[in-house]
Order: sequence, then C-alpha cells, then structure tokens
Amino acid sequence: MNPANGETGFRPEVLRRLLAVLGLVVAPQLPALPAWLIVVSLALGAWCYLITRRLFRMPPLWLRILLSALVLMAVYAQYGTLLGRDVGAALLIAMLALKLIEIKTARDIYITVFLGYFLIIIGFLFTQNLWMAGYMLVMVTLLTAVLNDLNRTRVTDVFTNLRFAATLLLRALPLALVVFVLFPRISGPLWGLPKDAYSGMIGLDNQMAPGQISELIQSDAVAFRASFDGPIPPPRQRYWRGPVLWDTDGSAWRAGPLWDPLPRNEPPSFDHAGKAMRYTVTMEPDNRPWLYALDLVASTPADARIAPDFLLLRPAPLRERLRYAVTSYPDAVANHLSRLERQRALQLPAGGNPQARALARQWRREFHDPAAIVQQALRMFRNEPFVYTLHPPPIARDFVDNFLFHTRRGFCEHYAASFTFLMRAAGIPARVVTGYQGGELNPIGNYLIVRQRDAHAWSEVWLDGRGWTRVDPTAAVAPERIELSIDNRQETAGDAVRFEVPHAAWLAALWRDTLFGWDALNNKWNQWVLSYGMERQADLLGWLNFGGLAWQNTAILLLTLAGAAMVGIVILLFKRERRSEDIIVRMYQDFCRKLARRGLSRRPYEGPTAFAERVATQRPDVAGQVRNIAKLYSTLRYGLHPSPAGLDVLRRAVRHFRP
Amino acid sequence: MNRRLAAIAEPLIFKLFHHNIPRGHSLSLERRRIYALPTRYGVLFAAMLLVMLLGSINYNNSLGFMLTFLLASVGIISILYTYRNIAHLQVRSGKAPATFAGQEAHFAVHLHNPESLLRYAMQVEAAGAEPRIVDIPANDGSTVVLAVAARRRGRLSLGKITLSSAYPLGLVRAWAYVNLDMHCIVYPQPGPYLPLVTDASLHQGDRAGSAMGSDDFLGFRAYLPGDSLRHINWKALARDLPLLTKKFTSSETQDLCLDWSLLPALDNETRLRVLCRLVLEAQRGGQVYGLRLPGVEIAPAHGVQHQHRCLKALALFEGGGT
Repeated sequence: MNPANGETGFRPEVLRRLLAVLGLVVAPQLPALPAWLIVVSLALGAWCYLITRRLFRMPPLWLRILLSALVLMAVYAQYGTLLGRDVGAALLIAMLALKLIEIKTARDIYITVFLGYFLIIIGFLFTQNLWMAGYMLVMVTLLTAVLNDLNRTRVTDVFTNLRFAATLLLRALPLALVVFVLFPRISGPLWGLPKDAYSGMIGLDNQMAPGQISELIQSDAVAFRASFDGPIPPPRQRYWRGPVLWDTDGSAWRAGPLWDPLPRNEPPSFDHAGKAMRYTVTMEPDNRPWLYALDLVASTPADARIAPDFLLLRPAPLRERLRYAVTSYPDAVANHLSRLERQRALQLPAGGNPQARALARQWRREFHDPAAIVQQALRMFRNEPFVYTLHPPPIARDFVDNFLFHTRRGFCEHYAASFTFLMRAAGIPARVVTGYQGGELNPIGNYLIVRQRDAHAWSEVWLDGRGWTRVDPTAAVAPERIELSIDNRQETAGDAVRFEVPHAAWLAALWRDTLFGWDALNNKWNQWVLSYGMERQADLLGWLNFGGLAWQNTAILLLTLAGAAMVGIVILLFKRERRSEDIIVRMYQDFCRKLARRGLSRRPYEGPTAFAERVATQRPDVAGQVRNIAKLYSTLRYGLHPSPAGLDVLRRAVRHFRP
Repeated sequence: MNRRLAAIAEPLIFKLFHHNIPRGHSLSLERRRIYALPTRYGVLFAAMLLVMLLGSINYNNSLGFMLTFLLASVGIISILYTYRNIAHLQVRSGKAPATFAGQEAHFAVHLHNPESLLRYAMQVEAAGAEPRIVDIPANDGSTVVLAVAARRRGRLSLGKITLSSAYPLGLVRAWAYVNLDMHCIVYPQPGPYLPLVTDASLHQGDRAGSAMGSDDFLGFRAYLPGDSLRHINWKALARDLPLLTKKFTSSETQDLCLDWSLLPALDNETRLRVLCRLVLEAQRGGQVYGLRLPGVEIAPAHGVQHQHRCLKALALFEGGGT
C-alpha cells in the first residue's frame, strides 16, 4: 500500500482478477454490441493487463482524451443518438473499457467495480430470464469478491475470497428479499422512457408486408401462455385472433381505419353456438395495444374492449406481462356485416395481378355458389405443386400472380393474402386475420405455451346465411401446420418445412419433459418474480391480511421484518464462539486476573512459563500451584491431543487458586 | 482512505462525544469507543444504489429492484462486518526506546486479538507517524512500530492513536481512539566536540587519544558492562574466575566530570548538545565519567545504564539560567 497523496494503491493481481470478472459480466451483452466496440474493448482490456504486468505503460492524458472522443463519436455514428437503452449500454461498456487504461489507485478500482454493478442492472433491461438472473448473481458475487480482495493487505487465494463474498451475499439475501417484497411499487414510469426501451419486444403488427411473419416464425420466444378451466381445446380450435387486415395494395395488407374510434361501444354480435371456454392468458409484453383470445371472444378483461372484427383492444400498448381471464365460444360465427364493412371487404387496388383476377372471374362464371368458389380455391392449393416454406423466393411486383403461377413457394401469409385476393376478385367479401395458431401443451403445468413461431395468418370469408367463415388456405397445403408446431430448428433456407413429430423414444420424451419442467419454472418465475408489481404486492398483502390498510402498515411491516433480518445477522456475526480453545484461554485469563489483583500482572511479552517463573520467585508460597497451572495450560492449548479431562483439572486448579 | 470526509467528521465526533480519550497502557476497544462512518466510496456506492433504484422504478424492472436491494443489504451488513473487525481488540503499549533529537522515535504498539476471528487490515495511526496496516491473527497479537520524528530533546508523548479499518468492502470505516500514555526520551542532538576549560580537562584533552594502558596498573575491580575489552583480565576468565577489569591510576584518579559550568560561553541548548557529545565520547572511550548540571549531579560511573542516566538528565534538563 502506498498512502502517498491520500490515495492508496492496490496489488496488481486485484486488477487482473477484476479484468477477468468484467469480461464475464460483459459477455452476455456481446451479441448486441457492434463488432468494432467489442474489438476496442478487448484491446483496451489487453492493454490494461499488460500494464499490470509492467510490459506496457499507461497512455498519456492526451491519448486517453483522444481515444475517449473517438469512441464517443463512433458510438454516436453507430446509433445516431446518445439517449436510449441500447446506446446507453454501449456507452457504459465503452466507458468501462476506457477506464481500464487509467487505473492508478484504489479509487479507480472502486469506480470500475461500481460500473460493473451498473452494467449488470443495464443487462436486466434486456433480459430477465432465469439463466440471466443466475448468471448475474454469480457476477455480483465475483465483483464483491474483488472489492473484498482490494481491502485485504495481502494476496488471498481466489477460493477464500469467493467464499467470503458468497457468505456475505447469502447473509444479505433475507434482508434484500424482505425489502423486495414490501418496497412500495408504483405503476408507470417516473419519467419518459427512451424510445428504444421496448424495441426488443416482438409480436404481430397490424399490417402484413411480405416476409414479416417469417421473421417472427424464426423466434422461439413465448408470446403467451394460457391455462384452461376445462379441457384444453384440440389444435384445430386453437386460433388466437390478432389484428384483422382489411386494406390491401395487392401485396401488403393493413388493418385500416377501423382502428380509429369505433362507431359503437357495445360488443359485436354473433351466434352463440357450442360451449363456452374459460381460460386465463399470461401474455408477454409486445408493446402493442391488443390482446389475444381464441375465436370468438365474448367477455373482455378489465379496461379492454372488443372491436367489431373481434379483436381485443387495450387503451395502451402492453409493456408489462399481463394476466387476463377471458371467455370464448369456439363454434360461434360472427353474423353481422355492415354496408361499410362489405365495401371494405371487397376493396382491391385498381390494377395489377391480371392473371389472378382472370382466374377469379373464370371461377365466378363456373360456380354460382360462393362456398363452391372457396372449395375450388382450396382444391387448387391442395392439388397444384404448392410448397410450404419459411424461405420463399422474393417477389418484386404482382405479388399474387407471381406467387400463384410462378414461385408457388411460401407460407401462411402468402396463402392467406393470395386466397383473400382471389375471393375479393370473385366478389366474395373476405379479410385476412393474423394471430397465432396452435400452442404446445405443457403437461407439467397443464397450460398451453404459444410462441412467436406459432404466428399465423388465415382468411375469413362472408358467406350469406353463415356469416364470417374461417378458411385457412395454409391447411390445404400443409395440414400438419395446423396439427403440429413448426420445428424451426431443423429448417434450412429454401427447404420445405418439416414439422415436429413426437418421438416415441424415451430419451426424447425425457428431454421434452425437461423442457416442459423448465418452462413451467419459467412461468412461475415470470408470474411471481418478474411481474411482481403493484397488483401482486396488493394481492400478497391482502393474503397476509394487510390489504386495504394504509401504507403506514406496510411501512411498519417492512421495518419490522427488515429489523428481524438484521437482528438475525447480528446474532450470527457476534455470537461468541464457545470452542474449547476459548474456554482454556478464558480460564487462564481468570488465573491471570487473580494474580493481577495481588499486583502480579503478566506482561505482554511473557509466555505462560516465564510468567509462572517470575511469580514463583516473588511468591514462593504459591509457586507449586502456579507452575502446575502454567503447565496444564500449555499442554491443553498447545499440546497435540488435549484431553477433555485436562480441561476439568485446569478448571479446578484455577478455581481453588487463592494467591 | 477517506481523508477528506474523516477530516470533517472526526473532530466533530471528537467534540460531540469525546472529551477524554481512554487512557492506559492496555485498553480494549469496546462498543462505546468505536465509531463508524461511510467512506467516500460508501457514499459513492449509496449514490449508485439510488440511481439504480430510480432506474428500476422507472422501468419497473423486478431484477433491477432485486439487485439494488441485494447490494444495499450487502452495504448495510458490511457495516456489521467492519464493526466486528475492530471490536474487542486490545491495544497495549510496547517499548519506546530513547532516541536522539533529529532522529525518529519508535513506539511499539501491541495489538492483541482475543477472539478466534482474524482481524484484517487494521490501520494504526498517530499524529506525525506514517500509518501502519497489519492483520492480527486469531487469539494472537501483532506489533506495529510507529515512527515519529523526534525534533526536540525532552519527553516525546505519542498522544492519541487512531485504530481504523474499512474491511471488508471499504464502504464503511470503523475507528477508535486510544491514548496509551506512551513516552519516549529524546536526548539532545549530539553537538560539536568541545574540550572543557579546566586543568583537568586540559589534561584530559592531552590524553584523549592515548590508550589507557599507558597509565600505571593499580589492580582489579569487578567487570561493569561497557568496560573496554582490552582491560578485561582474560587470564582470570580462563581460570573460571568472574570477569575482572584492570584498574589504572589515571582512570581512577582522574574521573572525568562533565560540568556544565566548565563549557565555554554558549547558549543552553548548545551546551546540552556539547555535553551529550562528551558523554557519548567518554562512554565510547571506556572512561569513568560524571555529569554536573545546575541542580543535577550524577556521580562518576561507567556503562550503558549510566550513559542513559546522563543523557536522560540532559534530555529533561530545564532552566540553567545563562
């Protein structure tokens, strides 16, 4: 240590350990960072390492300033802004890397460790899953171990250090949990969030441009989970309704102006048919203002409403995980078509796609019944060589023509869009419905997991006398798509999609069970940890009979429990260890105290034997006793095998000692 | 560590609670004597936690909350660890050997750890001394030596000692003051060699360089520590007799008396410094010498103890008029 100019130095291996830990802390964020920043950070880290090895010198001030300015400009050039979550994380990592090459004193180490803690919390803005939580807990332990290492005077082995930090964290955990549960939560942000705060959230949009859904289908991310009060519906009934698309320019489809203030507020009418299904959906935030429910939804969760095309609308985009209960009638059919709706359901662009229009006109001449036209279209998809693939060849213009008559490779959005186009061209009111189809049953939690890869698009046609009828042209091409889930892991570009087929092998079953168990755990984690907010807190306090009471009671409860946790730790830390060695020492101290009262106090440098000899010369009357006690003490304390019987002998000798 | 903060806080606490620092040669650091305050890193840590908390509230980020509260708990519990690291430590005074003005006085301070818990990074500080940092093993002790510049002759007190530690995380510093009543005798700085202005001293001056052996042999006396090896009766030692020193006429008849009044006209401090030099020279030359100061008279003798008596008299001399 070098206390010159008020700053303490540090041992170089502390910095080397810190470097390694920081590398691990940054690691999960690497994929999101621009490549140049990774390279620069690694180079600066290596530079720092070489400084600790005295192979390299610390850069002069002008160079550090120049480097900082360059990095700052590069970050700005990369992101086009300096405000926001993504650029914030990149800036923090850049700052940390630049800090590494100017670490001189213990103060710099503290600052770097604190930046490391900060980096962890920034990471939580991106991912909060169980893996990340566990990994980051380890990182917190490692950083704390570095802080402890910095405060030691000599080299300690990593293991001792880590054990210390882990113990400290373990002891801090009860207090942290109490505060976590009882710290008052508020709803909504304190100030505006940066625009990119939710950029990581994915989901379906209220428009469909070619290629959009195929990106979603690549993702295994969970869209929502649903647990049913009754039996879980079969796959062919699992159509989770999302935005309904009305307007088209021939290739892209949009929801159109029905989004704007609805003409009426009462729910749209439909023919009740079949049994109701009651279920609860836990939806992942997707930053979009609608919810998903099975066709056709009849009841709304709080503050949502049902649009005329049966979409569940929320007043604000969903930015936190939400649980909602809904009721649906799977066999119901919407039976209302306004004049305006009919007009919009027949709308087509003025020109383009002549072949498709010609085909539709021909069908219309051949069949008078709209239902027969629908059957004819499905027959075409089934019999012609159409291929279901997630990597269709790109189509530049006349999307429907090119798809129907040339490429014939595509997935749900191609089929739904082309089919709807054909129907409209044939004079049948039709619309595209987007949403999710299917879902995987988790037998452990007994709920359905619907993932982004279950994103789907289908059609609805208006048949007089029957109402809006669902037609899924994809099912005509690839019926397995409806019965099974897409296995996007096995998919390679341009190939036809293979669908997940359940394996009979017990190993596969075991693997599946493990995955289901893991998902069930994640579900609990999501519900009880990540979405622990104002509502859950209120539920919990209510359950503890604190609900409905004033916040003062929560404060009292918080302080009481936190106090109890603290008392527990104090007891743990300050309990006097009653080990035999201490007992021996205490007995010897009693002996010394008795002598001290007679003016014979042991000097700090005197060993027990030397002290005994001095006492023996000054008080020959007790010489024998004193020598005996000194001998007993030495044997018990420093001997190889101190016997419990010896302890009693010493105790008796000290008790009867009256100088 | 947290000089600036401590510089503000310590005198304040000192005034508020502590009119008298515990004094004694052996003291135990008990609850009432231990203070604790966050270091500036602790303050920075708290500020970071506040920012983390605001961020967590804003983003409603559960793991953010969890991390913030976990780190806050770690910070709070580290106060207990810091306190435990210093509590019940025993401090005892050690040796403080005499030194000369212009050199360093060394005060040994024993730190005894009566518990089976290693005490880490204990810093021992006193005014004017470079701080020392030691670990104190369980049920054992460590000794630190505080070096204080001895500027003036006399009795140098160590005064207030500050024991402090910010272990384990450096976020909180606990400290205690003790006064071990330690003193160190500071001899005058040896001055120039000046002869005494008497016949005896002139005579002495003549033979200052000559060996004692030129004088007539008188007999033997018992050996005293500090006697020249050349005057030891080695033959007697070889016959298993106790150590004897040969006596010579000059060393017996002409006891050197280092007299304050026999020095040329000088100011008091210079006189003391010259006398200090003369004592050292006389001791080195194996002479028997005495010291006479106004109001102080030390009979002629020889040896390390005697030298200490003489130098101590010089160190503590007060008054003397002109």
